Amino acid sequence: MSVQTWTYILVGVTFALYIGIAIWSRAGSTKDFYVAGGGVSPLANGMATAADWMSAASFISMAGIISFAGYDGSVYLMGWTGGYVLLALLLAPYLRKFGKFTVPDFIGDRYYSKTARIVAVICALIVSFTYVAGQMRGVGVVFSRFLQVDINTGVIIGMIIVLFYAVLGGMKGITYTQVAQYCVLIFAFMVPAIFISIQMTGNPIPQLGMGSTLNDGSGTFLLDKLDGLSTELGFNEYTDGSKSITDVFAITLALMVGTAGLPHVIVRFFTVKKVKDARKSAGLALLLIAILYTTAPAVSVFAKTNLINTVSNEEYSNMPVWFKNWEETGLLSFDDKNEDGKIQYVADKNKNELTIDNDIMVLANPEIADLPAWVIALVAAGGLAAALSTAAGLLLVISASVSHDLVKKVFKPNISDKAELWVARGAATVAVVIAGYFGINPPGFVAAVVALAFGLAAASFFPAIVLGIFYKKMNKEGAISGMVVGIILMLFYMTKFKFGWFGGGTATDWWFGISPEGFGSIAMIANFIVAIIVLQFTPEPPEDVQEIVENIRIPSGAGEATGH
Amino acid sequence: MSEKQKKATAYWKENVRYLFILLTIWFVVSFGAGILFKDALDSIRIGGFKLGFWFAQQGSIYVFVILIFVYVRLMNKLDKKYNYNE
Repeated sequence: MSVQTWTYILVGVTFALYIGIAIWSRAGSTKDFYVAGGGVSPLANGMATAADWMSAASFISMAGIISFAGYDGSVYLMGWTGGYVLLALLLAPYLRKFGKFTVPDFIGDRYYSKTARIVAVICALIVSFTYVAGQMRGVGVVFSRFLQVDINTGVIIGMIIVLFYAVLGGMKGITYTQVAQYCVLIFAFMVPAIFISIQMTGNPIPQLGMGSTLNDGSGTFLLDKLDGLSTELGFNEYTDGSKSITDVFAITLALMVGTAGLPHVIVRFFTVKKVKDARKSAGLALLLIAILYTTAPAVSVFAKTNLINTVSNEEYSNMPVWFKNWEETGLLSFDDKNEDGKIQYVADKNKNELTIDNDIMVLANPEIADLPAWVIALVAAGGLAAALSTAAGLLLVISASVSHDLVKKVFKPNISDKAELWVARGAATVAVVIAGYFGINPPGFVAAVVALAFGLAAASFFPAIVLGIFYKKMNKEGAISGMVVGIILMLFYMTKFKFGWFGGGTATDWWFGISPEGFGSIAMIANFIVAIIVLQFTPEPPEDVQEIVENIRIPSGAGEATGH
Repeated sequence: MSEKQKKATAYWKENVRYLFILLTIWFVVSFGAGILFKDALDSIRIGGFKLGFWFAQQGSIYVFVILIFVYVRLMNKLDKKYNYNE
């Protein structure tokens, strides 16, 4: 059977599965819709969190980015996993004990202030919309490459699927489809990785294959080989970076803290029964994420070595079929500058003739390694699972922010449960349409804004929540001014160095040598400092709020999540 | 301070002590071994891996997973000790 047929079968079967689950687990109340009824098991929640977290970027782009960045790519590996340690130790158990539906719920109640709640809602909306546009685009790319449909049609098909189970099932539908999506995406990621690891090193475990010797009888270690190839072509050694230590440090920290502060990840921990379950499911989530995150750097090494061996200094006319296929999508392009008919892939920009998009490294990897057709099709189904699961989680945060935090808590407190459920469904529908629009007409700055989303989460939510739990005397004046200063500082720095506003600037003008991607850590520290300084000059929080804090520190008696 | 409050304060103190120890390890394996001391550790090799590079792309992640499960165990024990388990 051809790749095309396999892809139709696998994508069709998985989509039917998601829709079946959505019908089986539709939401009957707002509690079902926001927190899946509050009775999700730690393992199911761990799997759902993992699928929720691992987006099209993790599945499709990350291994490719690391392929080209080498050691510098470590910031994503450590940043996007280390954040779970912060989440498990500093946030998840306490927020579960607090027992409400959303992150702005916590901020609004803990800081006894509507202003704080609204600031939190705005942050949640900016972060989630930025993210969801990228997911829809990912769906479109996968559809266009593997099913030969137009990118826009792909986006619309994706919208309909997500709309179906997010609007019908809410958190409950999303949770159980995400469990299925985790299985699909991890299987789809591991199968080609294992195949290629065996091919190149003889070791079936990619994490070990990466550090093994090559299968060709030379006895050379794979990483040494790649270091050698890289320097030969004028690049940095693969295992050595080109970024400064300060910047690597700052980016890693910003990604870790941003991860812990992302609302669509935090809300997942509202869905389990007990505080104990919240801790355990954070551990399971990271374990399940780590399977992909420790395999990805191995895939990067395999793919990069394979790529250089296949193309470097070879005749263009001898290139395999996949090369031509990907040229057609525009993700790969060859420009014979010295007209010798051979491909020169080198560091020197004036001599380099090959332009490669990051995403190819995962999407084309099975083809480059000459794996069977069903494996190639599996990658398509996996990429779609990763993009759809994350999109659904984000849409839920958006709809809950509108229906629960704005309509119910600010504008119309006596709205009935049933009416609130319909508002939530309406908000989810509108959000899908907006996300689809951005997927079809992607703003040129998507990549820049995704980094901004992490920076914003790091600069706003994380300090406010941590202080709210660990600093009993923190008051609303301190927390609000901290959040506002953090966000504004982050926005200023990003727009200055990414879009050239406020006079713009280049890398030499960076503050402390820190790139906009890493600036979230500075903005976060500014948030903490401002909050603590303002606290000194403003009144203590009321007794009952201090009691809330004492209460969330004790794990027993968590009860069920409640919106009232 | 009531008996109940004393118990809660003692529980919280032990909890914060665990957090401090675990987060120190979290910092050392990632920011320490993977970034600040990466170059020094790279002179040590394990199979095909330079040690600093291994911590940055593999080791730190394994330790993160272990840290959370150690935390889960410690806290379950602590909850039992203070009778906060359910």
